[in-house]
Amino acid sequence: MSRIKNALQGKKSFIGFVTAGDPGLDKTEEFVLEMERAGAALVELGVPFSDPIAEGPVIQEANIRALAAGCTTDKLFDMVKTLRTKTQIPLVLLAYANSLFKYGYEKFFARCQDSGIDGIIIPDMPFEEKGELSDIADNYGIDIISLIAPTSEKRIKTIAKDAKGFIYVVSSMGVTGVRSEIKTDVASIVEAIREVTDVPAAIGFGISTKEQVSKYTSIADGAIVGSAIVKIVAEYGSEAGSHIYNFVSEMVSGIE
Amino acid sequence: MSKGRYGIHGGQYIPETLMNEIEKLEKAYEFYKNDKDFNDELNTLLAEYAGRPSLLYYAEKMTRDLGGAKIYFKREDLNHTGSHKINNVLGQVLLAKKMGKKRVIAETGAGQHGVATATAATLLDLECEIYMGKEDTIRQALNVYRMELLGAKVHPVESGTMTLKDAVNECMREWTNRVDDTLYVLGSVMGPHPFPMIVRDFQSVISREARAQILEKEGKLPDVVMACVGGGSNCMGMFYEFINDKDVKLIGCEAAGHGVDTDKTAATMAVGSEGIFHGMKSYFCQDEYGQIAPVYSISAGLDYPGVGPEHAYLKDIGRAQYVPVTDEEAVNAFEYIAREEGIIAAIESSHAVAHLMKIAPTMDKDQIIICCLSGRGDKDVAAIARYRGIDLHE
Repeated sequence: MSRIKNALQGKKSFIGFVTAGDPGLDKTEEFVLEMERAGAALVELGVPFSDPIAEGPVIQEANIRALAAGCTTDKLFDMVKTLRTKTQIPLVLLAYANSLFKYGYEKFFARCQDSGIDGIIIPDMPFEEKGELSDIADNYGIDIISLIAPTSEKRIKTIAKDAKGFIYVVSSMGVTGVRSEIKTDVASIVEAIREVTDVPAAIGFGISTKEQVSKYTSIADGAIVGSAIVKIVAEYGSEAGSHIYNFVSEMVSGIE
Repeated sequence: MSKGRYGIHGGQYIPETLMNEIEKLEKAYEFYKNDKDFNDELNTLLAEYAGRPSLLYYAEKMTRDLGGAKIYFKREDLNHTGSHKINNVLGQVLLAKKMGKKRVIAETGAGQHGVATATAATLLDLECEIYMGKEDTIRQALNVYRMELLGAKVHPVESGTMTLKDAVNECMREWTNRVDDTLYVLGSVMGPHPFPMIVRDFQSVISREARAQILEKEGKLPDVVMACVGGGSNCMGMFYEFINDKDVKLIGCEAAGHGVDTDKTAATMAVGSEGIFHGMKSYFCQDEYGQIAPVYSISAGLDYPGVGPEHAYLKDIGRAQYVPVTDEEAVNAFEYIAREEGIIAAIESSHAVAHLMKIAPTMDKDQIIICCLSGRGDKDVAAIARYRGIDLHE
């Protein structure tokens, strides 16, 4: 069983996200450890990309800050390797397809394995295209995390049947970012997923309050929070560590 | 398995949120492209509203002056709205209407595709919102006002380099936000399948007409067919019906900006490498980690870091040749064709004219070149004046 599935199965989880290298890679290491200390079950690390088409303004700006601070894919893997000596928390990258393609799929997944990455989310590589790298990812034991959207309809079961690690249920239309209200009937999506797989399902996009965490962890296995944490990094920069700890502790307390 | 491949290029690299809609679009297009009513309606619009067929004009003075091949221009600049863009948008906006959409969104660089989309949307009673890099809204202020006159809402895009690529990013983001009642009317032969195919099909009217026109005028096929390439829609339209005519040489002219040996360039074929971006696998200007490079050209319409997947394929198999043309060469050509033929061509099209000026004198007098004049240059006059040091503002 993968480290991801192991960490998420049979309980309710909080999943945190930060853009790696914002404001610096040394800080990313600290932020991950703070999230773990506050009770996060898994952390997603955004691989900074020049043109992140699935992100709202908050994470777009974090990508710009990380790239301006000199974050590269190589330096990111070096950081993860050091971080891995300090924690066993599952780590999942969120990377756009070109970051993998240009680096080379074989080399990218080899470095994932070597540094201690457990899975990867590729927001611009849908089910139909992932065949070009899924065997390579398998060879290195890296789970490709599948996304299911409010528009997926008949695709839900096809995607879920093939899922590994966990399933990322996108709560809302549009891009990442904090939302006051989520209108999608995520419960019926989770139900459809349950019919075909026991891979844990976590809900993300637009979640920023303890009440939302409470609601969505009662529907699914986990709640994912990204933009709200990245906002804290934007506000406090290198001093964000303790603020992230406090915020994640509050969110985790929403899990029933 | 993955669809819409041109060799290794193409595909559908987009967020899951859009996949169902893209499948619906593909199904709708496959149905309507063979539907008699749809085609009758589109052909009527092209003839009665856009002014097709466009002229195939024999440039006698330039032919004499350059002293080589016979030069013909395919006059897409004479279409309604002043460029080839109308061919594609009439098709796509009509398709949007048939699909029951209430609203269209589009990116624009120079503003030509935005103006064309706004025009088609107002004619066919659909709401229209245009995304345009803030930098381009300044370079092409007149086109912003044109779109607003036509009832469209223009969103200046302030992310990234604030040019065409960022406008495409923002359009994709907006489409994931609202797919139910909205069609993204993509302006070039790029993006995820089925867009490269749809746009190519609607633009291929250019070469369908040109091929018949040259056979009528000259009784033989041309030796060279050429056009400018940004994303590559006028160029693919100009090439398409000639691809199987193996003796016709196909040349795409891309924007080299200050030169391919500088970092101020948009010549993707010359300096780019294989990548995945904006929904497709193709060639892109990028760094070793796949970060998309800031590109530059005097022409807002060619200022794009990628190229359509079918062009990438035609390059790979050696069927088409792609050449870089600098700002300076394009501006010289802009002035030359104005003085020689009395045609103010778009700065985009002037890139193709510049390369034509290089090759025509090297060819025999019984050889023929057809060059696509993709758009008219009224929008560029102020910028060219400023390039020449004249303090002229719109």
